[in-house]
Amino acid sequence: MKLNQLTIKEANEKLAKGEITSVELTRACLARIKEVDRKIKACLTVCEEEALAAAKEADQRRAKGENGLLLGIPYVAKDIIMTKGIKTTAASKILENYVAPFDATIIKKLKKAGAILIAKTNLDEFAHGASTENSAFGPTHNPWDLTRVPGGSSGGSAAAVATDMCLFALGTDTGGSIRCPASFCGVVGLKPTYGRASRFGLIAMTSSTDVPGPLTKTVEDADIVLSVIAGHDENDATTPEVKVDNYTTSSPNIKGLTIGLPKEYFIEGINPGVREAVEKAVTKIKELGAEIKEISLPHTKYGIPVYYIITPSEISSNLGRFDGIRYGFTAKEVKNLKEIYSKTRGEGFGAETKRRIMLGTYVLSAGYYDAYYKQAQKVRTKIKDELDAALEEVDVIITPTQPDIAFKIGAKSEDPLQMYLEDIFVAPASLAGLPAISIPAGLSEKMPVGLQIIGKRFDEEMLFRIGNAFEKTIKFEKNFKI
Amino acid sequence: MKLKLKDVKHIANLARLELTKAEEKKYGEQLSAVLDYVEQLQEVDVNNIEATAQVTGLGNVMREDKIKDWDEQERNMALKQVPELENGQIKVKRVLE
Repeated sequence: MKLNQLTIKEANEKLAKGEITSVELTRACLARIKEVDRKIKACLTVCEEEALAAAKEADQRRAKGENGLLLGIPYVAKDIIMTKGIKTTAASKILENYVAPFDATIIKKLKKAGAILIAKTNLDEFAHGASTENSAFGPTHNPWDLTRVPGGSSGGSAAAVATDMCLFALGTDTGGSIRCPASFCGVVGLKPTYGRASRFGLIAMTSSTDVPGPLTKTVEDADIVLSVIAGHDENDATTPEVKVDNYTTSSPNIKGLTIGLPKEYFIEGINPGVREAVEKAVTKIKELGAEIKEISLPHTKYGIPVYYIITPSEISSNLGRFDGIRYGFTAKEVKNLKEIYSKTRGEGFGAETKRRIMLGTYVLSAGYYDAYYKQAQKVRTKIKDELDAALEEVDVIITPTQPDIAFKIGAKSEDPLQMYLEDIFVAPASLAGLPAISIPAGLSEKMPVGLQIIGKRFDEEMLFRIGNAFEKTIKFEKNFKI
Repeated sequence: MKLKLKDVKHIANLARLELTKAEEKKYGEQLSAVLDYVEQLQEVDVNNIEATAQVTGLGNVMREDKIKDWDEQERNMALKQVPELENGQIKVKRVLE
């Protein structure tokens, strides 16, 4: 086994015993990027020099007797997370040469823990999409089938983990952007509870649902990363003072737990192979001693229409800051202030970003606010209340992460509405701020299928417990050569 | 809901986005399709339902109204991103002709 193929847990054990160094581990990951990334295109910036310097420092810290689960562990971060001195582009032309003057809180925390940032990964521009095709720098390819998308918007992060370019990755999830690519690439992806990890230093998309989280090779590794990045941050007022669980090897015992299966998530039209893989997974979980209960979440179908009103609304406001004056691309040959704004934004933003700004501007404009935005926020309350009520009856809710396997590159890019429908099973947990994890459950048409587990707010521990037990039973194996 | 060309132009102006003729046509059609789709929200009974403002139970979060100094190096890095700088000030085109 090559060093870059290790999990965090395995690598940490070897580092602690002195069997390997962080420099060796980091070099192995950098070599893997050089070997395969011309085919995958997961990375937008590779910071080799900084990474090797940080790895040396981590080795010195270990030599002085320091320990830590992430000390010396190489990772990649979605290029919407600000990194001091290293380019942060949001995969947009408007930020093509932007260098952040400070680190996001989660990057700061990882630095302190001794994790090694080796690359910034591709995404849909400003995280607007479910395929990573909306990147201004070209799409990322799914390692299982290079003609297919990796999912999105954290597609570069998922593909990097799947191909062992790193030991873990950071992504952000607004309406499925960690879980969708995790499902399509066959890795673990955790969307924490809203507010569990700080948004400070994330380039904002939808402030009321954005949350950063890990993409990893195992459930246990997701637990490790969350224990480091979670917690209250005085720079993000939406991070409550909730106790952060230390990483613990959660008990694999799930006897007596109750799992809710919402019938609205197993509808006509989902890929039969996806349905079969998820049903098999549920049977396994039942065999492990959990009780299965059918539940109903009738407002599920309104998740997407609500999401595609609230999200563009917040985008139209959050992206107002890109004005060509303080940072980023600025249009040349303009006559006055208004032209700086409109030409910079017209030339700098890509198609999907413009579409969302337009949609948001429209639904918030005079005369339409009540009919669209306010109505959507009310229906959102219904979706949230319905999920909360269900989670009073069951410990977790299990669903397929995506209704289908990864689609072909180009298949949906001309029809935005078709692309939006990809979010059908992931949007509700985002709107309700609930934690949700996607775990590889099996294959359909030789492509990975993800199982989604949704839990109560701040109860990620339950997701890890069930996920861990399930993962150990099915032993999902990567089945591609790259 | 079919958006007319003049609606599209109006929204683009509000959003300060300069669009090409082809973009105006394309976005007009695509946005109309999305608006048709979200129309289904009108069928939901929301009588006595409060609009969601937050999801984790937070109320107002206050802090002292005090200026914090920004690290000099970070401040300089931020100013380096500015397209046009004059004597440490960000230069902006005239607002009035």
